[in-house]
Amino acid sequence: MITDTLTVFSRELRPTLRNPFTIIISMVQPLVFLALFAPLLPKTDGGALQWFVPGIVVMSCLFGASMTGSNLLFEIQTGSHERMLVTPLRRPALLVGRALKEIVPMFAQAALIVLVCLPFGFDLHLGGALIGMLILAVFCTGLGALSYTLALASKNQEWLFWTVQQTLLFPLLLLAGVLLPLDDGPGWLRTLAAFNPLRYVVNAERALFSGDVWASTTATGLVAAAVVGVLGIAVGVRAMRRSD
Amino acid sequence: MIETRGLTKHFKDVRAVDGIDLSVRRGELVALLGPNGAGKSTTLRMLTTLIPPTAGTATVAGLDVVKKQREVRQRIGYIGQGNGAGHSQRGRDELISQGRAYGMSVRSARTRAAELTESLGLGDVIDRTVSTLSGGQRRRLDIAMGLIHEPDILFLDEPSTGLDPQNRANLQDHILRLRARHETTIVLTTHYLDEADSMAERVIVVDHGRIIADDTPERLKAKHVGDKITLGFATDEDAARAARKQGGEAYGRELQITTEQAPRQVLEIVDDLRADGLTPTEVEVTRPTLDDVFLTLTGRSLREGAA
Repeated sequence: MITDTLTVFSRELRPTLRNPFTIIISMVQPLVFLALFAPLLPKTDGGALQWFVPGIVVMSCLFGASMTGSNLLFEIQTGSHERMLVTPLRRPALLVGRALKEIVPMFAQAALIVLVCLPFGFDLHLGGALIGMLILAVFCTGLGALSYTLALASKNQEWLFWTVQQTLLFPLLLLAGVLLPLDDGPGWLRTLAAFNPLRYVVNAERALFSGDVWASTTATGLVAAAVVGVLGIAVGVRAMRRSD
Repeated sequence: MIETRGLTKHFKDVRAVDGIDLSVRRGELVALLGPNGAGKSTTLRMLTTLIPPTAGTATVAGLDVVKKQREVRQRIGYIGQGNGAGHSQRGRDELISQGRAYGMSVRSARTRAAELTESLGLGDVIDRTVSTLSGGQRRRLDIAMGLIHEPDILFLDEPSTGLDPQNRANLQDHILRLRARHETTIVLTTHYLDEADSMAERVIVVDHGRIIADDTPERLKAKHVGDKITLGFATDEDAARAARKQGGEAYGRELQITTEQAPRQVLEIVDDLRADGLTPTEVEVTRPTLDDVFLTLTGRSLREGAA
C-alpha cells in the first residue's frame, strides 16, 4: 500500500518538478490579491500585513487544492486514469497518493508568499509558521481528495466540475475571513462562518504565523483541518473504489 | 487463458453484453468484430476487471475476474481506447512508473522501458512531453506501457481507431511481431474489417451483446457467403447455355456462380466450357469480405455501423 501510494505520489508530482513554473499558475489570484488588496488595508505599523498574509497563504492552498481534481478529470478523459485502474495499484493508493502530492506545491507557494512579503515588514515566526504549515498540509490533503472526488463524479462533464468548484470556492473564501475580518459582520454571517472549517484554519494560521503557538485557535484549527482531511480521504477512497 | 460462461452486463435497461460464452487458448490472436455498441468494449472491460459482470462468470489466466482482481491485473496488459500515458508526463517517466505499478524495481523498469522504446521506434521522442507526440507515436507508447511487465495476455480496445492507414499498418505490424516473439495471447476489438481479416486467426463477430459467429476469417467467409465467379461471354445465348451446363445465374452476357473455392474451381469451369465450345471472354473472381459475412448474418452492413 505504501509503495503503491509512493508510486502514485511521485508520478503525480513529476510534471511539477519537471516544470516548477506551473506552481505559479494557481497562485496568480492570491498574488493579485496580495498586490492589489493588501495596500488597501489600514496602515497599523505592519499589523495589517501580519493579519493578511496567513490568509493569502491559505487562499493559495485553497485555490490550488480545489482545482487539482481537474488533472484527474483530464486523465479520465484522455484514458490514463483507466490505464491505471487496470494496473495492480490499490484503489486507495490512487487517491491518497494524488491527494498527498498537494502538500508539495502548498509548501512552495507558502514559502514564496512569505519571501515576497518579508521586505515589506512581514514578521516571520518560523516555528509557528511550520506548525501552521502542518495544519495546512492536513487541510489541503483533504481538500485535494474532495476535488478528486468531484472529478470522479463529473467524469466527462467538465462543466460540472468547474461549476461546483467555482460555486463553492468564493463563499468558502469569504466566509473564512480571508480578505476582511468577520468580527464586525452581522450575526447571520458569523453563524454561517461558524460552519466553515476553513475559518478555523485561517484563525489558527494567523495565530501561528505571529508565533502564538499555544493559543486555543491552534487546536481548533487542527481539529477543523483533521475533519476535512479524514472526510476528504474517506469520501475520495470510496469514490475511487467505485471508479471504472 | 480466457473462459467465460454466460457473461452478461446490463446498464439500466440496456443489455450491453447478453450471455457470452468464450474460450481463448494460450497464444491465440482473437479479434472481436462488431459495430459500435455491439458490446465488444464492455466485454473487454469485464475481462480486464474494470467493471463487474451483472451475471455469468469469467476467468482470465485461470483467475476469477471478480474475486481475484489484483491477481488478474498483474497478469494482463490493457490498452484502452484512450491514451494510457498522461499528457503532461514524459514518455519514459510514464513507462517507469507503469513498471513500478506492477511491482518492478526502478532499475528493471528502466531497462525494460529502454528495450520497448527501442523495439517500438520511440527513441527520439521518449523524453518529450506526451502531449507533443503525434497520434501514432502516442499509440505506440500506449502499447509499450501495456507491455512493460511482459503480460501473458494483452487486451487492446480499438487499437488503431483514429490512426491514418500508414500508422495503422505500422501498429498492426508491431503487434504481430510482438506476438511472434513472445507468444502473447492477444484479444483485440475492432470495427475495421481489414484489420480483423489480416491480423486475427480467429474472428468473433459480436452483435447486440451476443456472439453470432466465431471462426477463422476464411471459414467465416466460405461458410456464410462464399466466393463469386463472374464469366463474360460474347452473346446472351452463350451465357444462357453456359448457365444450363454449369449452374448459376445468367444476367445478359454475364454468368454468376457462387461457390466455396472459386480460385481453384474457376479453372475447371473454364476448361469444361471450352470443351463444349463456349469460351468466356472475361473471368472475374470476387472473394467476400468480413463485411459480407456480417451483412449475411445480420442483414446490416458493418460500414454503416462504423460510420
